Amino acid sequence: MTRTGSGSATPVRAPRDIAAPGTGGVGDSPLRPDGTLKVKGEFAYSSDLWIDGMLWGATLRSPHPRAKIVSIDVSAALAHPGVSAVLTHEDVPGRKHFGLDHTWDQPVLAAGEVRHQGEPIALVAADHPETARRAMEKIRIEYEVLEPLTDARRAAFDPAYPQVQPRGNLARHQPVRVGDVEAAKARAEVVVSGEYRVGIQDQAFLGPESGLAVPAEDGGVDLYVATQWMHNDLKQIAPCLGLPEEKIRMTLSGVGGAFGGREDLSMQIHAAMLALHTGRPVKIVYNRYESFFGHVHRHPAEMRYEYGATKDGRILYADVEILLDGGAYTSATMNVVGNAASLGVGPYVIPNIKIDAYGVYTNNPPCGAMRGFGAVQACFAYESMMDKLAEACGLDPVTVRQVNAASQGSELATGQVIWAPLPMAEMLRQARELPMPPPLDASDIRNLPGGASQTTHGEGVRRGVGYGVGLKNICFSEGYDDYSTARVRLEVIGGEAVALVHTAAAEVGQGLVTLEAQIARTELGVERVVIHPADNQVGDAGSSSASRQSYMTGGAVMTACQAVREGVFALAAARLDRPLDTLGDLSLVGGKVVSESAGVLAAIEDVLGDAVIEETREYHHEPTTGMDPVTGRGDSHTQLALCVHRAVVDVDVELGLVKVVELAAVQDVGKILNRLSLEGQIHGGTAQGLGLAVMEEIVVSDGKVRNPSFTDYLIPTILDMPPMRLEILENADPRAPYGLRGAGEPPTLSSTPAIVAAIRDATGLALTRVPVRPEHITGSS
Amino acid sequence: MDFLRPTTWAEALAAKADRPEAVPIQGGTDVMVELNFDLHRPAALLDLNQVAELAEWTSEEDGRLRVGAGVPYVRLIAELGNRLPGLAQAARTVGSPQIRNRGTVGGNLGAASPAGDSHPPLLAGDAVIEVESAARGVRMIPAAEFYVGVKRSALEPDELIRAFRMSPATGPQYFSKVGTRNAMVIAVCSFAIALHPAERRVGTGIGSAAPTPRRALAAEEFLAAELDWDARLDPAVLARFGELAAEAASPIDDVRGTADYRRHAIGVMARRTLTWAWNEFRSGHFERRAG
Ligand SMILES: Cc1cc2nc3c(=O)[nH]c(=O)nc-3n(C[C@H](O)[C@H](O)[C@H](O)COP(=O)(O)OP(=O)(O)OC[C@H]3O[C@@H](n4cnc5c(N)ncnc54)[C@H](O)[C@@H]3O)c2cc1C
Repeated sequence: MTRTGSGSATPVRAPRDIAAPGTGGVGDSPLRPDGTLKVKGEFAYSSDLWIDGMLWGATLRSPHPRAKIVSIDVSAALAHPGVSAVLTHEDVPGRKHFGLDHTWDQPVLAAGEVRHQGEPIALVAADHPETARRAMEKIRIEYEVLEPLTDARRAAFDPAYPQVQPRGNLARHQPVRVGDVEAAKARAEVVVSGEYRVGIQDQAFLGPESGLAVPAEDGGVDLYVATQWMHNDLKQIAPCLGLPEEKIRMTLSGVGGAFGGREDLSMQIHAAMLALHTGRPVKIVYNRYESFFGHVHRHPAEMRYEYGATKDGRILYADVEILLDGGAYTSATMNVVGNAASLGVGPYVIPNIKIDAYGVYTNNPPCGAMRGFGAVQACFAYESMMDKLAEACGLDPVTVRQVNAASQGSELATGQVIWAPLPMAEMLRQARELPMPPPLDASDIRNLPGGASQTTHGEGVRRGVGYGVGLKNICFSEGYDDYSTARVRLEVIGGEAVALVHTAAAEVGQGLVTLEAQIARTELGVERVVIHPADNQVGDAGSSSASRQSYMTGGAVMTACQAVREGVFALAAARLDRPLDTLGDLSLVGGKVVSESAGVLAAIEDVLGDAVIEETREYHHEPTTGMDPVTGRGDSHTQLALCVHRAVVDVDVELGLVKVVELAAVQDVGKILNRLSLEGQIHGGTAQGLGLAVMEEIVVSDGKVRNPSFTDYLIPTILDMPPMRLEILENADPRAPYGLRGAGEPPTLSSTPAIVAAIRDATGLALTRVPVRPEHITGSS
Repeated sequence: MDFLRPTTWAEALAAKADRPEAVPIQGGTDVMVELNFDLHRPAALLDLNQVAELAEWTSEEDGRLRVGAGVPYVRLIAELGNRLPGLAQAARTVGSPQIRNRGTVGGNLGAASPAGDSHPPLLAGDAVIEVESAARGVRMIPAAEFYVGVKRSALEPDELIRAFRMSPATGPQYFSKVGTRNAMVIAVCSFAIALHPAERRVGTGIGSAAPTPRRALAAEEFLAAELDWDARLDPAVLARFGELAAEAASPIDDVRGTADYRRHAIGVMARRTLTWAWNEFRSGHFERRAG
């Protein structure tokens, strides 16, 4: 499978075939091929790509959140020695806008106005990155600076508020209506309400946006990029470049984390434009500062909740408003709003529901996909409400959740019936019964809030315990057919049967390529598996998001392997000169073709000989429906996954510092495919939720980001993330390959509210906003 | 950009006299970050890593320690932790192990950030900064006079920091730093205390809560007048000390914290550190804590 069409040279450190280490199949934990390399600093990330004669691109961005561009003068930059090109919106060869889904509203380069700080305006290519940056500073732009529109509430509800987008300030309003909330209000014996806020979280992936564009002899371009979904990139890149898709060859290069932040395009079109314009390869690498403006973030949210219940804690109604600020462009806002609406009350059975979820445009930083995707924000609110309800009814937090828990056969807010096992009440019981961590040992300050910074020797420290439950949709929802494709080839190389697996699915660090090899081993009975670099020479694999790749690309590899296996059986029949249907029930095990009745028939190598069997298959999940625009009803989700967290914290109530002592998680994954990777996902998702609970926030004022660096955007370190106890359940989902459930996102939902509940337990404070900052605990202004 | 690599102190001073615009680099944990962020583009870097005497410390005849500007935090903790406990505690909170392997008190002084963790214990412990130029020789600058503005020190363009001088602790010392995570964090605010029993005096240092690191002078004077060195700590004295320490701060609101919170936290840390120091002093032994 050599690359076709381009004829251009391959860059240094471009991805190559990799042999999957180990021999483990589905259920084992073979090591990942990229693991040791990453630990030793030898893994080739997209920022490491190199090709002789390449130029370096730089992107000039708006310092203003909202301004008219009066004029752009590139002459001084163009005259700068070493500069090969300076491009503006006028140089975009094709469509001037791109975007996810159907709303193509994001300019490739700003024309006439800018709508957020950091919006790209012009591109420079030069022979050295420093030269490119210096030339960039010589581009003269005259702005008419305007007052930024930053009030999401006014954008949603005030018709007089000026518009950020010509189509209006509302990207989507999705209601959900169940039963009769007004009637239920009259019957409620207990009413609780709250207003909650979630700050802007960043994906904070470590590998900044980067890639290489190489112009090809056929007038097309070879793009080496770190992305989450190559084929969807391509759908946007090709029209903007004015090229047919066949002329753009995409190869996934080493991805340094994604978490949703690579679903939108960053440097792809820009590098390709510069490469096509100059006829030279062009590399673009953002630095950390630029990266904070180079990708979308998690939507900040304002949420108003009111629940009414019976005295014994049975919820009668939920009246909910969720407001999500998407910033200047649509990005994933439509689907984030859909998730927030359909999962707005989480995994609880509530007979009367009124939810209104809104996504709006403002001049704040653009927001889109991030692990948890709309469900994270709602989960913080509905879990906070469950604790409030428990207190109002004199119940403990676990009981109130069990009383209202959904289970197999219950209906979600959308009316969709939960068809697979959902043992939520039991999972809560398990979480509560896990052994508690030992009491605080204050003799070593590292155990205390503040750690080695020595803010306390035990004074003011109180312990708290809290619970959180989160329900996440797996795979794409609302009628989207996010299929995946796999090509699998089996042949004898050096006397041994080798399976080659080729997909376009993005390994973003989650361990997908390891799993692909495990599946090939299990289905084909071979040990040696080679993974082809992910590229667009094979069909669409969909996005590495929505916790969907084990399900979808796993399913595609499984079905392609099964097709190859049928080929081996047919060949075996031919070699044995017997009709296939007389061979009985066949399988491929331990390198042999085995018949259930007759035992080993032949070695796979002997059956194959010189033959090469190659099959390509698409895998589709069961179709879903949209949400009704008025009632929200619909079978909108492909799969649902649940995680329960118990958090134990020590809080220094005088200084407002928090030490998370332990996080225990109970998660149902349907089937453990690779325990090592799975535990990594649960640990990582939990840590990201911890970050949102107590430290991670992009601070914005007047539309400007105040902390675009890892000096001031803090993410948890190993000293902030406590040891975890995990209980992993395997209640199979009958619709999914191997019965699996997507596992990467659910823990991100539930750890945040569990930690905040524990801080509330320790302090007695209401704490309605995340991240919780020290001053919220001490009551300072 | 020129890269100057003197191998002796005299050569380093000559180079700095010749090229006052050259930026000294020791551990590089501040300098390299600024270069990488493209905050400035110096015409020359003056690498001090070959100057062996900067990486040494000695005990002087007057009993004070003279610690070279190039001694990294990791050695300060290991080799001087018992004699300079407040500074060693502060050093333990700097960045991560990698940063403590490279970073130095000299570099912290050179950067003169209000958030630098060395400064409060240097202030509380009456440190003196030894600076030198080829033209005018050595100047001894008390820490309290060294910090003159946000990221500005009393250092002249042709001068280099040679060392700091500080007496080994004669009483308990504590350093306390608030950050919004449990490691690798720039101080939201910090506080250092040093008991000087022979002089019946308490030294203090406030970090990250004013344009420069500073002493809480009124709080020190209050204790000098009111503290009964032969008695248990009077809660009223403790409370007043906390108030005066908080009043000594003049913090701002920024992304790391609010002014109001910083003032509050300085008060809490002042009370706590004085309590620890007092308990240790009264119990007659230096308590060693892990960390
Ligand atoms: C990840 C990270 C975490 C950090 N965490 C902390 C922290 O928790 N607390 C903290 O206080 N700091 C922290 N810092 C900042 C830095 O590590 C410290 O300020 C450190 O003390 C600097 O020492 P250095 O030797 O590396 O200085 P360098 O970077 O080499 O120099 C710093 C400054 O001092 C000047 N300089 C150096 N030596 C001399 C000399 N002999 N004479 C005159 N000028 C000189 C330099 O020109 C420069 O202006 C952190 C930095 C990083 C990158």
